[in-house]
Amino acid sequence: MNEKMSQAPLLEVKHLRKLFPAKSGFLSKEKTFIKAVDDVSFTLMPRETLGVVGESGCGKSTMGRSVLRLIQPTSGEILYKGQDFMKLSGADLRRVRSEMQIIFQDPYASLNPRMTVGEIIAEPLNIQKKYSSKEETRDHVVKAMEVVGLNPKYYTRYPHEFSGGQRQRIGIARAIVLEPSLIVCDEPVSALDVSIQSQVLNLLKDLQSSMGMAYIFISHNLSVIKHISDRVMVMYLGHVVEMAKKTELFSNPSHPYTQALMSAIPLPERHSKRKKIILQGDLPSPANPPSGCIFHTRCFMAQEICSTQKPELKDIGGGHYCACHFCGKCQQGE
Amino acid sequence: MGEKILEVKHLKTYFHTDAGLSRAVNDVSFSVEKGKTLGIVGESGCGKSITSLSIMGLVEIPPGEIAGGEIIFEGEDLLKKSEDEMNKIRGKKIAMIFQEPMTSLNPVFTIGQQITEALMLHETLTKKQARERGIEMLKMVKIPLAEKRFDEYPHQLSGGMRQRVMIAMALCCNPDLLICDEPTTALDVTIQAQILELINELKEKTGTSVMMITHDLGVIAEVADDVMVMYAGKVVEHATGDQIFEKPMHPYTEGLMHCIPKLDDDDTQRLSVIEGMVPSFDDMPAGCAFCPRCPEARQICRERMPELAEAQGRMVRCFKYTQEWEESGE
Ligand SMILES: Nc1ncnc2c1ncn2[C@@H]1O[C@H](COP(=O)(O)OP(=O)(O)O)[C@@H](O)[C@H]1O
Ligand SMILES: Nc1ncnc2c1ncn2[C@@H]1O[C@H](COP(=O)(O)OP(=O)(O)O)[C@@H](O)[C@H]1O
Ligand code: SF4
Ligand SMILES: [Mg+2]
Ligand SMILES: [Mg+2]
Repeated sequence: MNEKMSQAPLLEVKHLRKLFPAKSGFLSKEKTFIKAVDDVSFTLMPRETLGVVGESGCGKSTMGRSVLRLIQPTSGEILYKGQDFMKLSGADLRRVRSEMQIIFQDPYASLNPRMTVGEIIAEPLNIQKKYSSKEETRDHVVKAMEVVGLNPKYYTRYPHEFSGGQRQRIGIARAIVLEPSLIVCDEPVSALDVSIQSQVLNLLKDLQSSMGMAYIFISHNLSVIKHISDRVMVMYLGHVVEMAKKTELFSNPSHPYTQALMSAIPLPERHSKRKKIILQGDLPSPANPPSGCIFHTRCFMAQEICSTQKPELKDIGGGHYCACHFCGKCQQGE
Repeated sequence: MGEKILEVKHLKTYFHTDAGLSRAVNDVSFSVEKGKTLGIVGESGCGKSITSLSIMGLVEIPPGEIAGGEIIFEGEDLLKKSEDEMNKIRGKKIAMIFQEPMTSLNPVFTIGQQITEALMLHETLTKKQARERGIEMLKMVKIPLAEKRFDEYPHQLSGGMRQRVMIAMALCCNPDLLICDEPTTALDVTIQAQILELINELKEKTGTSVMMITHDLGVIAEVADDVMVMYAGKVVEHATGDQIFEKPMHPYTEGLMHCIPKLDDDDTQRLSVIEGMVPSFDDMPAGCAFCPRCPEARQICRERMPELAEAQGRMVRCFKYTQEWEESGE
């Protein structure tokens, strides 16, 4: 822990925004935008796992992709090891990119069906022109396959010959082959059966302790997030509503949305005494987000002020951030 | 034992594929008690959906084949019914909700048209009566602005809202049995909580019996009176919900319970895993289908398939709980 504190951040993201043009009625002149990510800031330390959780459509994937500039952010600042990542181009961009990788949810869609497993895993090495000889590249790929638990004899097979869990291992091998410092894991276990999910989660944790990369781990599953993360960020409609160290967040969830999310998980235990907070209604449209606090239309604690005034994301103690006019700790503090 | 509304006996549903015969449902027996919820759990491909489609008479034949068994519903064998007779039972007496409501709603008709069609199928109503009943149904499943939604098309609704419409349609005719196949798997947890609450409320109000299929043991814990665990087309454990969660007996059930991360886990520890993966039908191991993944397997497990037999007040398919286990002592 202390070691982490004394280090410089690996990544600093400041006021990141990503807007998509929304389809507007053909008579309306006004252009409207989907505010997929709206003013997100965080830092990530080396070797740290930041869990990102929230309902589908809240902007998790857009955030993860914007941070890697796989899609161009609308505005904001991204500092990677202190360098301004937004301003990099050409060879510099390529070099920094090689230190950042992404793993996708759907191992089926994200692997090129016409390439062999060996070619898929070698691709990042070839793009970076890492090795001049084929043999060296091959040795490296084989090593990566062994590390993720894929038998190297599958080198010349095609992705469709593999199960979901094995395809996810191929995706992971591809992501680690350049020994990156940062991997964005976008719902990497969401499409897997629970028995395979636990195998992949263990693998990701093992790789982190042996190779030392940081993860931005995106999931809609709070139990998975709790297992894997050091710190957790809760998103709602493109905004961060709460962020804290994992143990703090789970023992003291302060935003009503976080509380509702936690209470809604069905726990595998009988006659749970837990009181469920059942949110009413659906997620509002990010093209037309509610005024004031973006959560007020579904919030069980909302007061008048919530529909008019936007609560700031503020530190309510020890690096626990919460954006709510009435969150438990804010009240005590005032 | 309460009154049984459904009794499935030795059901065998097979698929003829290029790679050979897939025994998707391989000699499955169970029953659903009146007013109770039976949870069916297991990983993908273990035969949960095909079991329910067999009950509904919706298995595509060919490539499918009902190779044997009986499905006794209210005293009669559904497998002996004609297509016409099944049409009268489906929707009226047995209704089903699927995982992806978009595939079961017709995109070119309004919600109202589809819900009134479901109503008119079984009752004669005037147009005006049907509209009123339809809107009433939408209100019952808590769709806000029901009058407005009634005239909208499926794509104008969110996933959670569409699932509510499916539930409304399924409940139109007060079915005696409601089969839910992963009804919340595609939904966010907050919406899942709304839907599960709704199903539970409706069950209490109408006394409908429910078959709840899911891969999520959390959902099972919340809704099921009884639980059936399937693996590779077979029932491996069948017990009450309380029994299963107090002590899973089959090594597969135990593995399932232990491999999911839990909120109160010590998460500095590695997750426990079930090694390997579900065998495909053309690669079935000899003996117990779970034996290549089972931490407790002995020689006997590799030789023969254990029977589903009573042990400690429930049904388990595992040699551990048989006389032979002691004798095989390793
Ligand atoms: N390429 C795109 N064009 C337009 N809208 C998009 C695009 N990608 C995402 N969105 C919208 O941005 C919002 C956030 O999406 P996403 O980041 O995928 O959320 P999550 O990953 O949390 O489910 C959603 O409303 C989604 O519809
Ligand atoms: N149309 C089909 N043709 C061949 N095999 C099928 C077909 N439908 C299902 N199966 C097989 O039946 C088995 C059980 O499937 P299913 O009941 O859908 O599993 P579950 O619902 O438990 O995930 C699977 O192994 C699947 O491959
Ligand atoms: S029969 Fe043997 S292999 Fe099968 S579950 Fe029981 S102990 Fe394991
Ligand atoms: Mg996403
Ligand atoms: Mg299924």
